[in-house]
Amino acid sequence: MSGDWTERLTTGLWKDNPGLVQLLGLCPLLAVTSTFVNGVGLGIATLLVLTFSNALVSATRRWIRQEIRIPIYVLIIASLVTCVELIFKAWFPTLDRSLGIFIPLIVTNCAIVARAEIFASRNPVGASIADGLGMGAGFAALLMALGAFRELIGHASIAGFSFADSGFLLVILPPGAFLALALAVALKNRIDGRPGR
Amino acid sequence: MEFVRQEAPYLTPKVDVASIMLQVLVALVPAALAHVWYFGPGIIFNLIVATAVCVGSEALMMRLRGRDPMVALSDYTAIVTAVLLAFALPSLTPWWVTATGSLFAIVVAKHLYGGIGFNVFNPAMAGYVVILVAFPMEMNLWVAPRMGDIDYVSLGVLQTIKYTLTGSLPEALTFDAVSRATPLDAMQSGLRNMRTYSEIRANPMMGDFGGRGWEWLGNFFAIGGSWLLVRKIIRWQIPTGVLLGLLIPAGLMYIISPGSNASPGFHLFSGATILCAFFIATDPVSAATSPKGRFYYGLGIGVLIFAIRKWGSYADGVAFAVLLMNMAAPAIDYLTRPRIVGHSRRGDEI
Repeated sequence: MSGDWTERLTTGLWKDNPGLVQLLGLCPLLAVTSTFVNGVGLGIATLLVLTFSNALVSATRRWIRQEIRIPIYVLIIASLVTCVELIFKAWFPTLDRSLGIFIPLIVTNCAIVARAEIFASRNPVGASIADGLGMGAGFAALLMALGAFRELIGHASIAGFSFADSGFLLVILPPGAFLALALAVALKNRIDGRPGR
Repeated sequence: MEFVRQEAPYLTPKVDVASIMLQVLVALVPAALAHVWYFGPGIIFNLIVATAVCVGSEALMMRLRGRDPMVALSDYTAIVTAVLLAFALPSLTPWWVTATGSLFAIVVAKHLYGGIGFNVFNPAMAGYVVILVAFPMEMNLWVAPRMGDIDYVSLGVLQTIKYTLTGSLPEALTFDAVSRATPLDAMQSGLRNMRTYSEIRANPMMGDFGGRGWEWLGNFFAIGGSWLLVRKIIRWQIPTGVLLGLLIPAGLMYIISPGSNASPGFHLFSGATILCAFFIATDPVSAATSPKGRFYYGLGIGVLIFAIRKWGSYADGVAFAVLLMNMAAPAIDYLTRPRIVGHSRRGDEI
């Protein structure tokens, strides 16, 4: 069982990373990673929603009819996102304001529906939770890495602590998000493609 | 009529990348001299910085990719990229702006895509767009052309070097004293503020067609470009396409509403139109390659330049137009494959 967990986690974090390999959920990924804190915020929100939605979808998979499964998944995900949104509003109002529409938009994050469809609807609850944790952590880690990179280069600061007057503006702008993601994907392929591994 | 019959062996002209690139560089010499005359020695320092960074990063990338750096350096493509980038920049540009653009052009736009022959985008224009977006203030400092005006302020050679190195102007000179709106800027903002074309043309900065002084630069590009056409380094399709693509919509709009649109002549003699038509759009790697495809490719660039100048937020749209059409080039080539002799248009044997 523990070996299965490690495998699920490494799959999500690296081998089948939703952002780097599956290239899913790119809209929030590109839009909110202008700072490290935003990346952390949306990463944790997505991680929570993904884990719980996987658990719920897996637990109810025997009763969900094949024909209407997608609307049911969306209902489950939407309720969870509402919970997360209320939690953010209650305890992290500043973060909630800076993430804005992208918290409610987690509902439409295709990475979450994809995990429900591909994994949770066919596997037991334990494995689904592991999968949700792994995939969520992979997505969150990428968001944090991109956020940190873009903030460092673009604003010359880390997590709000600035150490220079100005940075390289392009990295903050939307094209910078695409470039940073492309560099991350290229870096992953470079590491995986090294001979002898 | 007698025909001379030639027997084998034939003498073939030596055509390689290096000789083509050298001829492109030679063709740019008149325009470089004109640029120095009108806009001061700034372009020389831009050329030096851009060439140094382009050649350096080319060598570095070849080394990182495990190839022999001399293979890439001896074909002069990095220098051509550097020169085209330097022509696109304002004559007063701090060195770090030029260096960033050159670095991006060679490292990302050229070598990350696989080096010469594999780059999807025109490296010089990719580098230019990056610094245009990243350094909006530095990229907007255009000096007035030297036309013998009373209020003409120019920087000497040493002052230009100082600006290139530090990005600061000499004491008692402000950016407003040195820089001027470019004719395209003046035209775009004037038309958007509901002034008529003839009102804007009454401004002393405007010349016969484009801006005074500015409009002359295009002629020198055209001289070099025509020489390249005669030498068959570039084909006529792309320049013709670019110019028609720009002039046809500009002409139509001007006929419909001459007050609220710049004349086709203004479009032709302003900004980087001629530079683009002869030197930038004709990049053999990132352009379309079939004869018809080249024409449509140029046409698309021309139309996009017009659209960006008329409705876009940037005054000139050459770089964006070229990059957008670079993306379309493979599709254009696919759709305009020439018919094979003995086959129908669909490829079946007749």
